[in-house]
Amino acid sequence: MPKWFMPLAAINALMFAASPFLIANADYEATMGLVQKIFYYHLPSAWIFLISAIVCGIASARYLFRGSPRHDRLAYAAAELTVLFGAIVLVTGPLWARKAWGVWWQWDVRLTASLMGWMVAWAYLLVRRYGGPGSDKLAAGLALFGMANVPFVYVSVNYWRTIHPPTTVVPTLPVDMGAALWFAVACFLLLFFLLLRLRVHLEEQRARLDSLYLSLDE
Amino acid sequence: MRAAVLVLVLLTAPFGAPAFAAGATGFGLAGQQPDAQPPKPVDEFVPVSQLPPQDQLPAAPLLVSAYAFVWLALFGYVVSLGRRLSKVQGEVERLESDIAKGTRA
Amino acid sequence: MILRKDLTVEVRSLEIAYTTLFFAVSCVLFFAFALVKEGKAPEDGAAGILWIAIAFSGTLALGRTFERERQSETLRALLMAPAARPAIYVGKLLSIIALLVAAEVVLVPLVAFLFQVPLLAHPFWLAAVLVTGTIGFAAVGTLFSAMLVRARSRDVLLPVLLYPITVPVIIAGVRATAELLEPDVELALVRFWVALLVALDVVFVTLALWTFEPLMTD
Repeated sequence: MPKWFMPLAAINALMFAASPFLIANADYEATMGLVQKIFYYHLPSAWIFLISAIVCGIASARYLFRGSPRHDRLAYAAAELTVLFGAIVLVTGPLWARKAWGVWWQWDVRLTASLMGWMVAWAYLLVRRYGGPGSDKLAAGLALFGMANVPFVYVSVNYWRTIHPPTTVVPTLPVDMGAALWFAVACFLLLFFLLLRLRVHLEEQRARLDSLYLSLDE
Repeated sequence: MRAAVLVLVLLTAPFGAPAFAAGATGFGLAGQQPDAQPPKPVDEFVPVSQLPPQDQLPAAPLLVSAYAFVWLALFGYVVSLGRRLSKVQGEVERLESDIAKGTRA
Repeated sequence: MILRKDLTVEVRSLEIAYTTLFFAVSCVLFFAFALVKEGKAPEDGAAGILWIAIAFSGTLALGRTFERERQSETLRALLMAPAARPAIYVGKLLSIIALLVAAEVVLVPLVAFLFQVPLLAHPFWLAAVLVTGTIGFAAVGTLFSAMLVRARSRDVLLPVLLYPITVPVIIAGVRATAELLEPDVELALVRFWVALLVALDVVFVTLALWTFEPLMTD
């Protein structure tokens, strides 16, 4: 692991420890009260979920067309993180919605498309695990289609009248809420980067193991 | 490397404490602050237990569960990653020492 | 050329066509029986059940079509042929679309009859919805089932990969069909869904053509 990993991990942990204080200090939202504070982790997780899907898609495309194993490892790592952060979004969202909308779930466009994108990421992992030979390319093809879903998820909430808040909410946040939000975004971005690096390291070690076994067989 | 992962895992642990502290302060604040819904004009005093079920839903358990889930998911993932990594690295080291010794287990 | 070959084989054997058709009809019947209340099948179910039958029988047909290729090793021979790879994809795609459209020709009157809905009130628009939806579904399906020809557990993996990606197509198809069944149809809404379907078709077919070659080479 590179030298910068541990210091950055320590900084990230401290940032996460600090973020609840910023969140507690932010103003209450007028209609939703306390439960709205889920927003400060829900939104960054959603952004990382989408960014991770894009990283997976781009890495998959480069793997498909250039064939470098490095991109394949990156795609695999990004797919796993898409599942992780997608799970966080899809659990924190309904917990918030239960109070804010009165229902756990609604089949509106953004929720449906997000759930679908999450399932594509799961399918990627299933294919890699159980697909047998050639599954890396299969999964790469799948990831490309999954990436096509991401812009759809993001803009859907602006074009369909839906119960989910549109993207215009974020730029109009007051200062203290904005500060808590952007700090949480920074926490999650750094965490995503660190987890990605760690997961890619695992893939690299696995590749090293494979090549060791291969060299033994010679 | 294993030490690195272990340190990362331990450092995420204190994250849990402030989260619950904030939840508790939130609790306290919620007690002082009136429920943010602007009160509808009523003719008479309506006890909380008679409000429609939606207004009665306490927000704190939802908030705490949400943050707890985030923490658990991230922590669980880091632990799983650490375990997989140590397993693979153990095997790599074993193989490398076997090759160095010129034998195969 | 490949389309002609596929069609001639198909016309001679008609095996896949018959079995797919039978499966589609029994699918619709199953749903109709399962959802009967007071001797009547629910009218609201018509649009959804039509599209479910299309999706299920399409999956079956996709699996069967490439199964034949796999068994007779013709796929490898085709890939070695001088014809450009994308032509293979287009040929397969067109044959699947033809098969599904044939199934829809049978399914639409059947659903209209069983569910007592005026499916044929706006035949032009219904045809537009069905064709664009079928193209979208078949575009992704052909690519994935071609990719899966040599994979392990390919029969299970095809729905796992295909259904999440085609959710937008199915949603748009169902919404548009349901809108066409309303007493006073809002054609602007139907036009919107058809436009979305066309956009999805363009994205999917482009992606499929782009990735077909790297996905099919070892």
